[in-house]
Amino acid sequence: MSHSPTNPTNNHGSVKSYVTGLVLSLILTIIPFGVVMSGTLSVLTTVIVVAVTAVLQILVQLVMFMHMNTKADEGWNVMSFVFTLTILVLVVGGSLWIMQHLHLNMMIG
Amino acid sequence: MATDTLHHEGSVVHHEHHDATETKLFGFWVYLMSDLVIFGSLFATYAVLMKGTAGGPSAAEIFELPFVLVETFLLLFSSFTFGMGVLAMNAERLGQVKAWLGITFVLGAAFVGMEIYEFQHLIHEGYGPDKSAFLSSFFTLVGTHGLHVTFGLIWILVMLIQLSTKGLNDMTRPRILCLSLFWHFLDIVWICVFSFVYLMGVL
Repeated sequence: MSHSPTNPTNNHGSVKSYVTGLVLSLILTIIPFGVVMSGTLSVLTTVIVVAVTAVLQILVQLVMFMHMNTKADEGWNVMSFVFTLTILVLVVGGSLWIMQHLHLNMMIG
Repeated sequence: MATDTLHHEGSVVHHEHHDATETKLFGFWVYLMSDLVIFGSLFATYAVLMKGTAGGPSAAEIFELPFVLVETFLLLFSSFTFGMGVLAMNAERLGQVKAWLGITFVLGAAFVGMEIYEFQHLIHEGYGPDKSAFLSSFFTLVGTHGLHVTFGLIWILVMLIQLSTKGLNDMTRPRILCLSLFWHFLDIVWICVFSFVYLMGVL
């Protein structure tokens, strides 16, 4: 049986891609941790730094560790991921939006 | 697909076999996406309820960030060691696959141990899930993730047993690949927990 790494569609990464993913993830974990612990930046800036590094790290791991790409399965894994993201935006964003209005209307926010 | 098959006529058997693995992985991917929706709804619940401390402690008062950073590193390194295990599997090195899976298990178990300690500590202080809406949603979200990791640990043990009895074959390979997706997925969910629950919680 040829499960050789030369088969391009059976490509599950290389040592280099995993090490790159690990180093990038470490950096993207330490940056927001340092910013929050030092507390030198304003709250808004800190929130932005934490959110941006989190999204970047998620992308790094999706590509470097989970090998999400548009070529495998004719792009269906990316399609299902994008669909799920849409649902998540509706669920999380919608919940916060509605509940914040409820809080304001009931004067308990 | 028809033209695709024609191009691969020389290796039809291998192609079909490869297709089966790809289909299994895609099916598992779809499961992970539905799991992501579960976590999404738990994150939404937490975001809505996090200010509802009902006289109990706030997030800033109970979270110990350095402790959580160690947990994050444990899970991150375990994700990396699992990746090394998959590479060893592609290179047909059974012993190395088992060794990497073993290291991954130890790191994952240490993570779960730290989380249990944290929960026990909070409950002991009187800050259990019954204290406030904030703590209920916190325990549900982080506990659901911890439960997933625990099931991942059981799955790793099962794979270690199957690797010992059956070795690397067409049955164990796709299972290890699915498990690797599951494990990396849990690491990604934890990044969200670390960033949006712990780091933003103490602001």
